[in-house]
Amino acid sequence: MSVAGTQPVPAPAPRQAGLGDERLARVSVLVRLLQRPELGALIGALAVYLLFATVDATPAHLFSSIAGMQNWTDAASTYGIMAVAVALLMIGGEFDLSAGVMTGTCGLLLGMLITRYAVNVWVAIVAVLVFAGIIGAINGVLVVRTKLPSFIITLATFFVLRGVDVGVTKLLTNTVRFDISDQAPGFAGAQSIFGSTFLAPYNFQDAVLWWIAVTIVATWVLTQTTFGNWIFAVGGDANAARAVGVPVSRTKVILFMYTAMSAALVGVMVALRFKGIQSGQGVGLEFFYIIAAVVGGCLLTGGYGSAIGASLGALIIGFAQIGIIFANWDSNWYFTFLGVILFVAVGVNTLVRRRAASARR
Amino acid sequence: MSDHSNGVPLLEVRHVSKYFGSVIALKDISMEVRAGEVTCVLGDNGAGKSSLIKILSGVHTYDEGEFLVEGKPVRFSGPREARAAGISVVFQDLATIPLMSVWRNFFLGSEPTIGVGPVRRLNSGFAKRVMREEMRKMGIDVRDPNQAVGTLSGGERQAVAIARAVYFGAKVLILDEPTSALGVRQSGIVLKYVVQARERGLGVIFITHNPHHAFPVGDRFVLLNRGKLMGSYTKAETSLDELTKMMAGGEELERLSKELEKMAADPEMKQVAQQMAQEVNRSGT
Repeated sequence: MSVAGTQPVPAPAPRQAGLGDERLARVSVLVRLLQRPELGALIGALAVYLLFATVDATPAHLFSSIAGMQNWTDAASTYGIMAVAVALLMIGGEFDLSAGVMTGTCGLLLGMLITRYAVNVWVAIVAVLVFAGIIGAINGVLVVRTKLPSFIITLATFFVLRGVDVGVTKLLTNTVRFDISDQAPGFAGAQSIFGSTFLAPYNFQDAVLWWIAVTIVATWVLTQTTFGNWIFAVGGDANAARAVGVPVSRTKVILFMYTAMSAALVGVMVALRFKGIQSGQGVGLEFFYIIAAVVGGCLLTGGYGSAIGASLGALIIGFAQIGIIFANWDSNWYFTFLGVILFVAVGVNTLVRRRAASARR
Repeated sequence: MSDHSNGVPLLEVRHVSKYFGSVIALKDISMEVRAGEVTCVLGDNGAGKSSLIKILSGVHTYDEGEFLVEGKPVRFSGPREARAAGISVVFQDLATIPLMSVWRNFFLGSEPTIGVGPVRRLNSGFAKRVMREEMRKMGIDVRDPNQAVGTLSGGERQAVAIARAVYFGAKVLILDEPTSALGVRQSGIVLKYVVQARERGLGVIFITHNPHHAFPVGDRFVLLNRGKLMGSYTKAETSLDELTKMMAGGEELERLSKELEKMAADPEMKQVAQQMAQEVNRSGT
């Protein structure tokens, strides 16, 4: 079927010598398309788009208009930034359940630094990124050192941070939110980059540009660099990777740090855009990131997936969130819808993996 | 025997012993492998094969004896040093990552790159070309370099690991039970690669518990039993029957069958004992 290795050694018959490259080209057209992890997500995104464009109950068919696009890209963008990070981590064989609450923690830390300690907004942003890097490193080091499932370690981080978020906010403000004044030094400049809009009449969110940039860079790293090769390897089989000299622990810790720092980016965006942040921000969103990554073709067992796929997964979530409102459905169906999408995606993924991993003996 | 056999062995251990606390893992083991030869290490489970591999590949140090690579005494402090000295191990399970493509697996851990700074990237064109070339030397035409290693057969996956070790400068190839998880046909394919590696002038150490796999490809045979050297032969000095008999552990098996017979109140046990007695007779002839 695939390889002519079953023949005796001197066998390279004329058909092999002459036609090898020609057949290579023929294989790649169809098979390589089907091999792509994001193909399912692309088809899914098109289907979901068509569905909500059809059931759209708004008079001007908002969903398929540019104004509608502004809405669903807005909804999808912050999910997308996180889903890409979570996807890379998942390809590396790990989970981060604290990714959702981290967005809140980082936004709150930003609010605290700016309002309570009068720190320049830019300095505060750097501090938040460093803080997130440290939390991510703690997650990562705990996972690689204890060899416990990251599911458990980050569940613990999740609950610790969830309590800290509300506790510290109440302690300092006697309320459950930090309000950031737009008079704070550096606020205007920072907001124009992290929490503003572009394309004047439609006002797309800045986060959309960040989302696209993050997807492009992550795809580059994953598919074109040595580090990307290591991500696939540590998720595919950490022992085999270690045996050929891949720094498994370092790779995983870096992925945890990247995930936490993405959460910091999103937290900063939310806090600056809304000039303040609630102490419960982000709780529960980690599941949306995981759904987006899995819908995008990532295997829960690691070693396989794509950043573009995760972005498409986030786009599907954005479609659903906005589409259901435009369709005048009860918004609670949103969760059911995502649940069904997840079921279908996992089914397709399992089939793909069986085809890719099952060996002929 | 092959004509490379003159001169200094690529790898040689003399009277090597290894203790784990009070447990004797290996006692007084001597063996050698020469360029263009296959040395088979035969032994049942617990014979000390794994301990021997771990010493040869630098995972463990040895407590007594000598370890020579190309005539010079060595003491490796880790697998990296052993690999740098040209000793590569292909583990049965740890060889490749099934979901990754053949070319990514081939260069994993030693990826070729082009460009500098932020545009430094995998040289995938070079990697694919070299991989196909190296695989072709082993008689495998990889049509699609992007195909996942998991879609290859068990034997072909071993071939990827062997080709990779050879490309990255292995002089001595240690194959750890490469055929034990494979069916008859795939085992044959792996044996073919063993012969090929030998033809290319490598020294091959072939660890197995199956004399039927060892005898056709081996030049030297080292038999281990309970951490001790049970015998060391060149091909001319032994035969498949002899190896099989020794592997089956002649007297030991006989004793076991007698013991079983004593317990043979149970008819099922009796049957087992009879079969075992037959086995002893057959390997004895």
